[in-house]
Amino acid sequence: MMRKPLPDQISAWLVWLLLVGCLISLPVAAQQGADARREAMQTMPGVTSDYWREVVSGTKGSTQSRSPGADSLIMIEGERWRELRNTWVSPGGAIALGGSLAAITFFYLLVGRIKLVNPRTGRVVERWSRWDRTIHWYTASLFIILALTGLSILYAKWFLMPLLPTSVWGGFMLAAKNIHNYLGPLFALGVLAMIVKWVRHNFFNLTDLKWFLKGGGLVGKGHPSAGFLNGGEKVWFWMIVFVGLTVVGSGLVLDFPNFGQSRETMQITLLIHAGASLLLTAAAFGHIYIGTLGTEGAFEGMKTGYVDEAWAKQHHDLWYEQVKDQAVPAEQVLSQPDQSAAPTRQAGSS
Amino acid sequence: MARMKFLCDSERCIECEGCVTACKNANETEWGIQRRRVVTLDDGEIGKEVSISVACMHCSDAPCMSVCPTDCFYPTEDGLILHNKDACIGCGYCLYACPFGAPQFPKQGSFGARGKMDKCTFCAGGPEADPQVDQQKYGANRLREGKLPLCAEMCSTKALLAGDAADVADIFRERVVYRGHRNSAWGSLEQGAQETELAAARQADLAYDATRGV
Ligand code: HEM
Ligand code: SF4
Ligand code: SF4
Ligand code: SF4
Repeated sequence: MMRKPLPDQISAWLVWLLLVGCLISLPVAAQQGADARREAMQTMPGVTSDYWREVVSGTKGSTQSRSPGADSLIMIEGERWRELRNTWVSPGGAIALGGSLAAITFFYLLVGRIKLVNPRTGRVVERWSRWDRTIHWYTASLFIILALTGLSILYAKWFLMPLLPTSVWGGFMLAAKNIHNYLGPLFALGVLAMIVKWVRHNFFNLTDLKWFLKGGGLVGKGHPSAGFLNGGEKVWFWMIVFVGLTVVGSGLVLDFPNFGQSRETMQITLLIHAGASLLLTAAAFGHIYIGTLGTEGAFEGMKTGYVDEAWAKQHHDLWYEQVKDQAVPAEQVLSQPDQSAAPTRQAGSS
Repeated sequence: MARMKFLCDSERCIECEGCVTACKNANETEWGIQRRRVVTLDDGEIGKEVSISVACMHCSDAPCMSVCPTDCFYPTEDGLILHNKDACIGCGYCLYACPFGAPQFPKQGSFGARGKMDKCTFCAGGPEADPQVDQQKYGANRLREGKLPLCAEMCSTKALLAGDAADVADIFRERVVYRGHRNSAWGSLEQGAQETELAAARQADLAYDATRGV
């Protein structure tokens, strides 16, 4: 109909209609413009101060990345971890280890080796069974390896790195980390075995209190009485139980990141692990000193299983009273295992 | 001496993941490693959703560097933080310290087996002398070729800027002036004001800005 040629009158009418239509539709067009703006505002809303507050407080969003913690833009805990680790744990550990060594040296210079007061009787009593010694040396060797590798992770960059070419340095550190991470769980078994096997010797009693009051023999005259283990040894045992299990527990969390621990969990666990292991190592220095250089006759107990009567009487008098009738001449037990073991081994291998 | 910086203009990023794809393509990173990512906060909330592209920010006082047990990071003259994979033991400490979640690992295995850390190099490769070995281990070295990072080069809205801090700042300053309102750098209009007609108009101008060349 509209395509037909139109008379002038009709076209004039149409122009008029068009004008009116435009006038009527003007507010509608304005309305549409505002809607478009509003839509644009919704898709690109722009950034408000609240948004930045969310960003700096570590609010989680969404992302395509599957890396741990990828869904937050900023993680604020990292800086706290860095500070705690680098300005507290690392120097604190160095001070603890150095302080422990210094105290031991000072003690050695001041007091010297605790000698046997009475001459050896030549008769020995059994103190540590083969099982006890196996557990002790198994755990002790792993402890030393773990301490050396763990301390390398924390400190080696300060003294070893400048000395080595990068490839050797990298190889050393990779080995340290892998040895540490693979042997850690085996150390855990040793700690558990110690707890199971030795806990019955380690409950505190009144004798221990008196032992502590006399400072383990340092205060006043005469050696304080002690049973199978003295108060100091019991303290060391309970340190292994509590601090050792903390080291083991935190170590296991660090060792298996495949369970998807968050970065924050790992930070806290690393602080606990480093702190506890440094404390244990500082204490272990003392234990090693007392067991070797510090006390005449102590080391042979853990080496051979037997101690001389003189040593037993001096350091563990109450225990000695219980076992003195089991004393045997030293030659009988100390040389025998070697003589009998040699032929057996030959027989076994042939 | 240039000081290289990234800047992601939050008023422009449309979460197209172009930078992520460009990076992956330029550097041929291992499976599972994504040097750059886009994070969207308030995703799906009408009128609030904002995205930002993030990778290593090449920090001035880099936390990753200060906790690394093997000290394998090194700062460059251009202010970049690069690292030497030969010394990396995959302990993950850099990731635990980094505020931006930049360090990436090929795996997350038992006994702390993570493989060698990988992260954004600002498309500047690594310490390897042989370019081919360097390319294989660290990805592209576009800076040496006189090019800028590919993620920024390929950004569809030019939200992501990379280059000398002074140049990046100039470009951004120009945008802010052009947008012409008090908060147009890092914050737009106050949330409550958004409903008003005027606010909507300004907001639309901002959106329009994203389609401009500058
Ligand atoms: C004598 C015992 C141990 C000592 C002295 C020791 C010491 C350390 C030290 C100093 C660190 C470095 C912490 C840091 O840099 O912040 C470390 C890390 C670590 N330790 Fe131990 N640790 C011991 C036992 C264990 C055990 C029993 C386990 C596991 C069951 C373990 C697993 C780990 C792991 C997984 C790490 C992180 C290392 C990495 O993945 O790079 N540690 N340890
Ligand atoms: S990895 Fe993280 S901490 Fe290190 S320079 Fe990059 S953004 Fe900074
Ligand atoms: S993962 Fe590699 S780069 Fe990161 S802190 Fe450990 S050794 Fe350093
Ligand atoms: S600068 Fe290069 S390496 Fe870094 S995110 Fe961009 S493309 Fe990836």
